This record gives sequence, structure tokens and C-alpha cells, in this order.
Amino acid sequence: MTMASDSGNLPGADAAPEDLRTATRQTSVYVYEAPLRIWHWINAAAIFVLCLTGYFIGSPPPSMQIAEATHQFVFGYIRFAHFAAGLILTVGFLGRIYWAIFGNHHARQLFYLPIFNGRWWSEVWFEIKWYLFLERAPKKYVGHNPLAQLAMFFFITLGVSFMIVTGLALYSEGLGHDSTLYTLFGWVFTVVGGNSHVVHTLHHLGMWWIVIFMIIHIYVAIREDIMSRQSIVSTMISGHRTFKDDRPD
Amino acid sequence: MSQIETFYDVMRRQGITRRSFMKYCSLTASALGLGPAFVPKIVHAMETKPRTPVIWVNGLECTCCSESFIRGSHPLAKDVVLSMISLDYSHTLMAAAGHAAEAALEETIQQYKGNYILAVEGNPPLNEDGMYCIVGGKPFVEQLRHAAKDAKAIISWGACASYGCVQAAKPNPTQATPVHKVITDKPIIKVPGCPPIAEVMTGVITYMLTFDRLPELDRQGRPAMFYGQRIHDKCYRRPHFDAGQFVEQWDDENARKGYCLYKVGCKGPTTYNACSTVRWNEGTSFPIQSGHGCIGCSEDGFWDQGSFYNRVTDLTQFGVEANADQVGLAAAGVVGAGVAVHAAVSALKSAQKKTQGQSMSQNEEV
Repeated sequence: MTMASDSGNLPGADAAPEDLRTATRQTSVYVYEAPLRIWHWINAAAIFVLCLTGYFIGSPPPSMQIAEATHQFVFGYIRFAHFAAGLILTVGFLGRIYWAIFGNHHARQLFYLPIFNGRWWSEVWFEIKWYLFLERAPKKYVGHNPLAQLAMFFFITLGVSFMIVTGLALYSEGLGHDSTLYTLFGWVFTVVGGNSHVVHTLHHLGMWWIVIFMIIHIYVAIREDIMSRQSIVSTMISGHRTFKDDRPD
Repeated sequence: MSQIETFYDVMRRQGITRRSFMKYCSLTASALGLGPAFVPKIVHAMETKPRTPVIWVNGLECTCCSESFIRGSHPLAKDVVLSMISLDYSHTLMAAAGHAAEAALEETIQQYKGNYILAVEGNPPLNEDGMYCIVGGKPFVEQLRHAAKDAKAIISWGACASYGCVQAAKPNPTQATPVHKVITDKPIIKVPGCPPIAEVMTGVITYMLTFDRLPELDRQGRPAMFYGQRIHDKCYRRPHFDAGQFVEQWDDENARKGYCLYKVGCKGPTTYNACSTVRWNEGTSFPIQSGHGCIGCSEDGFWDQGSFYNRVTDLTQFGVEANADQVGLAAAGVVGAGVAVHAAVSALKSAQKKTQGQSMSQNEEV
């Protein structure tokens, strides 16, 4: 009620008195530029396809008898989708690194942890307490909060890098030992002791690492969108971080 | 060295015709992936080069490499390879035994210092100062080091010498150690497999004798010509793999139809060997052709890669046996349950806050 009388411009022509009770004025900051947002959603789609097809590559679906083997390519298509999505993810990740260099400073958060900054660590601890219901209200952040930044770094920056490297190594086996890709990534097999089956197993575990991230990420994004003092989900769509109150920090 | 007969001399002496000899040379050339232009080179080498002395030592092993080797199926290889190389010391194949055999070993080492090839079958156990494998009253590791010192090159026969094989499988009580981790100052060529294919063994030796150098080796030290591709890459059941037609159970209709064995644990996609091209027993068959998946016997640590019958291997690091999916699903389940509980508590908390807020504002109004 106070809002409406203070501002003079009504929130909308159809605003009822009970709507006006919850009306607030929101500040917003442009955080995530278009290339970063596009990367986020392409990356999300690629990861979805990769997890699904990757699982099937480890445990194929029931045998199908559609046509003669020569004319049937079911498992081939599953593997093709996996490789295509994997290469899209790889190119996207390289683009993301480019954008970390040439984009705004928020684009660098994924690749840099201020681990020598004591205040940063105390804010990580604050966020942990917020998730343990020990703090009444969360802090406001324009970019990622420190705990989110930490999680993004380990799950996405390191996790996706690991999946790209092991994935390209496995893919290079199909191309052959004389391929450029094998020359570039053959060392992966040496590191694990020589047997490429070990790389398959690690790549498989990596998938679950990413799945665990997805569960936490989606939950936390929705939860914080509702419970925190700022927008989360729409920020990755519009690029704007809006704050629900004007109290500092 | 000049007194030693050439390969050709030996072959002729054994009653092999020149025609058969030429056939052998061209077969060998094609087996090695060489063009027809190389046939005269092989012929020339065979006619002029003295036989290369080979010392064949046996450590911890099962002799399956020797068994495979003597079954070399090229018409002549079977008869000739043993004469072609001058196999001066080999427990299994030599007539001499005991002190006479050990004397032959010493004599060969002394006479051909720096010129003989050391073929190692099996590996040395290093635990308890090597006491788990005794040859001629001494630990095998000592014989290996002694014979390796003056060798021109070393061939590691089989998975044992190359990687350790079953005796090096976890927990490896005797500390069985592959040859390249004991001998570090000699060129070593690994010919893994349990056993390696006979034609691969003879092919490697022939290449070394003909060209007087090691064949091109891959990243792991295996001859690229035989270990450059996976079983999977040349598997005749590959169309069923791409089609998504798999043997689901050992006795099902798909097994009878000869579908892909991927789902019942075939390790073809991760195994580098020539089985699907060269095949076994004079090119008769190979495991997949006879209906059983590849067990990956020519890969490093294949005994520790879980069951032969699972694609997704068991991980024993977690105390209980579970594969990547079970571990991942358990972790994701715990996280998912945690998220659900956390969401519920969050909802309750915020509801509580709202009621408190409402009662507060009501109080204010009052």
C-alpha cells in the first residue's frame, strides 16, 4: 500500500488492492551476458543428452529387431548422439573459456577461486549455515555466492574438463591410434595404467558426478529463487539479477 | 658369428624347397602388413643373415606362450621358426636339462654378447628377494637381470611379462612385476596376450630378424602392426553392435543368432589385439566367433577389471563390490533424498516465518 502511494505509478492496470500489498520496487543488475546464457542452456541440453545416451552406452537398451542388421542402426544412433553432444559440449566449453577472458568479470567466476581471501571463506561458511537453517536471511550476491562458486568450480569447471578429456580420449580410440585426436589424448590411457577399460569406468563415474550436480543445482536454483533475496532462475534467462529488497548486503 | 648358418641354409637343410621358402617369405610380408616390394628384402635377409641367437627364459608363468608359439600355423613357421632363430636356451623346448642347460645359457651369453635377443616368458616376483620363483637354484629375477645385461633387445612374451597377468592381480602377494619395471635400460617389445597369437609371436621375431630393428611400437611398447586396432574394430559381429542387437543371456535366441556379446561383458571395445583378423589355430576361430566375449587378456591388469561377464565393471574400492552405476545411483539417491528433506524443511521454515510475520503484523494492527 505504501509502495503505490509513494511511487505514484501503479504496478499494473489490473492491480487489485491485495496485489498492491506485495508490490515492491526492485533493483536489477545485468550480470550474465547473452553468450554466457546461450552457453548455459546449450551446455545443459548437451549434458542431458550425454547422460542419457552415456548410460545407454554402458547398459544398452533391450535388443531390437527392426530390420536386418545392415539397415538397423539403433545403437549406432545412440552413440552418434553421444559423440555429437560431447563435441558440442567441448566446443561450448572452449567458447565459455573465451568468454571468461573477453566477457564481464562475472564470466570469470567459474574459473577462479579466491582461496587466499579470508573473507571469501567466511562467506562460504555463512552460506553453509544458511543451508543448515542457522541463518535467518541469506546475503545478496550479484554473481554466484561463494558456496555456489565453489560447487560450480568442482562440479562444472573440473568435472566437465575431466569428462571432455576422458571423452575425447575414448572417442580417439574409435578413430584409431594414428588419428590426431589419439596423438593429443592418448596420454590419458598411459595415466590410468594402459587399460582403456579404466577410462570407461572413470568416465562413467564422472557422469554420476555431473548427475549429482544437476540434482543439487536445479534444487538450489529453484529454492533460492523462492527463498533468497534475489532472482536466480530468470537471471539465467534474461541476464538480469533482480533484488527483492533494498537492504544492504 | 660367421660360422653360423643363415636361415636359408637351415631351411634347405631341413628339406624345404625354394618354392616353399619363397611362399613363406611372401606370407610373412603380408602378415607384417608389408607390400610385395618387401618380399625380396625378406628373401635377401633370410639368405644372407646369420641366425640370431635367442635366449628364452621362463619366470612365473603357465607356459601357454610357449604352447602357442610352437603352434605357429604358417606352413613353414611351425618347422622353421625354431631353426630360424637359434634357440640356444629354452627350458621347455631344449633337450638339455639341469647343469647342462644352465651351461648353455652361460655359453650363449658369453659368445653372443650384445647380439642375442632375450625372450622372456613370465615375470619375476620381487617379494622375499624373489624367492617365489627359483630357476637353477637362484631367484629368477637374478637370471633375468644377468641375461638382460648383454641382450640386444628383450621380447616380453604374453601378459605375464608385459603386464603381470594373473599372478600380479590384486593383491599380488608375490609382488610379481612385469619385465619393463625390472629391466629399464634395454629396448623392450611387449607382445601381450594370454597367450599371444602364434602368428603374432613368429611375425614379431621375423620382423626383428629381417630388418634388424624393433617393429614400430605403440604408446605402450606393443608392435603397432598387431596391436594397433581393437578386437571391436575388426569384429565380424560389429554390425549387430551398431544395430543394437545383443546377446541378452547365454542361452537366448540372440546367442544362437550370433548377435553382439557386448552386453554379456565382451571386452572387445577396449582390447588391442589381432584376434579378430589373424584368429587362432590356423585361422580357425577366435573367442567371439565361438560365442564367448573377449576377456581382454592382452590388456594391462585385465584380471582386476571385474567380471568377464559385465560391461560396467565392479569397483572394489568401496569395500563392497559395486559397479559405477550402483555407486553413482546410491550417491545420487542420497543427494536426492537430502534435497527432498532439505526442501521440506525449507518449506516448513518459510511457512513458520510467514505465520510469525502475520501474527506480528496482526499484533501491530492491534
